[in-house]
Amino acid sequence: MIDQLLVFDKVVKRFGDFTAVKEMNLSIGKGEFVAIMGPSGCGKTTTLRMLAGLEQPTRGEIRLDGRVMNDVRPHERDTPMVWQSLALFPFLTARKNVEFGLRMRGMDATKRRDKALLWLDRLGMSEFAERDISTLSGGQKQRVALARSLVTEPPILLLDEPLSALDAHLVIRMQSVLTNLQRELGITFVYVTHSQSEAFAMADRVVIMSQGEVAQVGEPKDIYRAPANRFVAEFVGRNNIISGKVKSQSKGKVVIDAPSGTFSVAATKSAVPKTGDDATFVISADLVKLSVTKPKSENMIPATLISEEFIGSVVTLFLESADGQEFKVQVQERELATLDLKSTKTFYLSWPASSAHLLTGA
Amino acid sequence: MMLERGLTWFLRIYIGVIFLFIFTPIAFSIVFSFNSQRFPTVPLGEFSTQWYDTVLADPDVWQAALTSIIVSVCASAIATLLGFCTAYSDYRYSFRFKGAYLALILLPPTIPLIIMALAMLAWFSKIGASGQVWSIIVAHSVLTAPFAMAIIRLRLNQMDENLEAAAWNLGASEWSAMRHVVLPFCKPAIVSAACLCAAVSFDEFAIAWFVSGLNKTVPVMILEIVTGNIDPRVNAIGSFVFVTSMTLVVVAQIFFSTKQIRKSAGETG
Repeated sequence: MIDQLLVFDKVVKRFGDFTAVKEMNLSIGKGEFVAIMGPSGCGKTTTLRMLAGLEQPTRGEIRLDGRVMNDVRPHERDTPMVWQSLALFPFLTARKNVEFGLRMRGMDATKRRDKALLWLDRLGMSEFAERDISTLSGGQKQRVALARSLVTEPPILLLDEPLSALDAHLVIRMQSVLTNLQRELGITFVYVTHSQSEAFAMADRVVIMSQGEVAQVGEPKDIYRAPANRFVAEFVGRNNIISGKVKSQSKGKVVIDAPSGTFSVAATKSAVPKTGDDATFVISADLVKLSVTKPKSENMIPATLISEEFIGSVVTLFLESADGQEFKVQVQERELATLDLKSTKTFYLSWPASSAHLLTGA
Repeated sequence: MMLERGLTWFLRIYIGVIFLFIFTPIAFSIVFSFNSQRFPTVPLGEFSTQWYDTVLADPDVWQAALTSIIVSVCASAIATLLGFCTAYSDYRYSFRFKGAYLALILLPPTIPLIIMALAMLAWFSKIGASGQVWSIIVAHSVLTAPFAMAIIRLRLNQMDENLEAAAWNLGASEWSAMRHVVLPFCKPAIVSAACLCAAVSFDEFAIAWFVSGLNKTVPVMILEIVTGNIDPRVNAIGSFVFVTSMTLVVVAQIFFSTKQIRKSAGETG
């Protein structure tokens, strides 16, 4: 177990009648890259602002390195943040922006200048040190903002959707800049985003929030393959969610009777439903096999094609079974060429029981 | 297409005519101030600076100019400070009766000047403070503070709402953030507001006339000259007042409209 740097202990944040964060419990380790992800209004930004001291928890405790942070003023913390709007000081040059934190700590002019230049250099910005902020591009501003936050060598860096204003190709580049930095520095990154690709690409662990509550915490691949509940399953990627009643169970398999058919699902240790219980399982769109002839499989359902979505090497097909349940299937683009989409009336969807994942929460 | 063109030309001519109406009298005043003849008639006499010489030789004019400068500088400083504080409190905080608070602050320019002047006079004589230079300063501060507030408030609107928080986040206390972030950000608006308040105070006549007593400001003196007789000295003083005010307004405009185009390459410190 890694050392805990940051602990949320039953943290509640209310704004009047609105509860932004409900009873949050979360531990973040030293040197961990944690992404907090969720739709807008889920409380992720409020969580980050509480870490920076810009909001006070209504109840509960936030501890940083064992110290209770609830009443520590923002400027007395060492929790620098990279803002969504970047919030660079427009009347200062890139270098003076970076120097700001050191200046507030009373470091003398030559020392802080050297240090600021060092950090600008580290982020590949040394030639822009004396430039006005307004003359820099989005990606360059981003690097200045990073240098400004890291120059004081903090134990933790907070990032509030820092890449949301950048072009797609720049996002990919900045992602590797961020992950490399985090690894080299070995400090904790808490990264708030609504983008699944950003969170999954960079984070060691992902926290999914919904309506002020933590819906799931785990490594990206666990969250992707084994969502804990319906919200996560819907929020994360292309999942087919099927609900029904448990018909029987044996040898680690659960058989579920759903309106669209009878399916068998691998049982998990945490989810052991009884016969007759309501049960929901997910089957990820990329694990569904699409065929023209009826396959021999434990889970098989005929469906008709409704529409397709082409996004490059992968195509998502939307199909509908006889009872109206929608299915999403992801197929490689080159694979699709072998299928005759136009004249085929009925496709067969199939998957092994081990690919399906039973949800623990409803 | 034709219609649009016609409209454009109409608007251009319209603006030209407006400027003509506003500036022709002033231009005449300036022209006659260099005219050797006593009465403003055409054809003009010879070019002469005699009226300026007379004005400059008059100690009363110097005294009035000095009073005007002291009043406008002090009033603009006080009004800008008040304006900044109210603009910032409006920007940063929300509290009960904020609407009433703002209405109260923005009230002075809506009151007819003459009523405000009478009220000021009544109040100052009640507390035994009429006829003092500082009573004009107080009156002018009240009159011009709303302008300062409006200009600075507009600038604060352009400030990223996270800019101050970013400063705290980097270790600046609230006072440091004010000094190192909010004030530098508002600097163009503050300079602009100060210039504009100074210009308004320098030109203002009604309140100054009621409140000033023996400490005449330049506009008050001009009125006293013209009530006596037609005196070309007025043209000379008027030109001076016009140039001063225009300079202040132009400076204000430059500071307010230019963005921070500061080529800071090579700047150190």
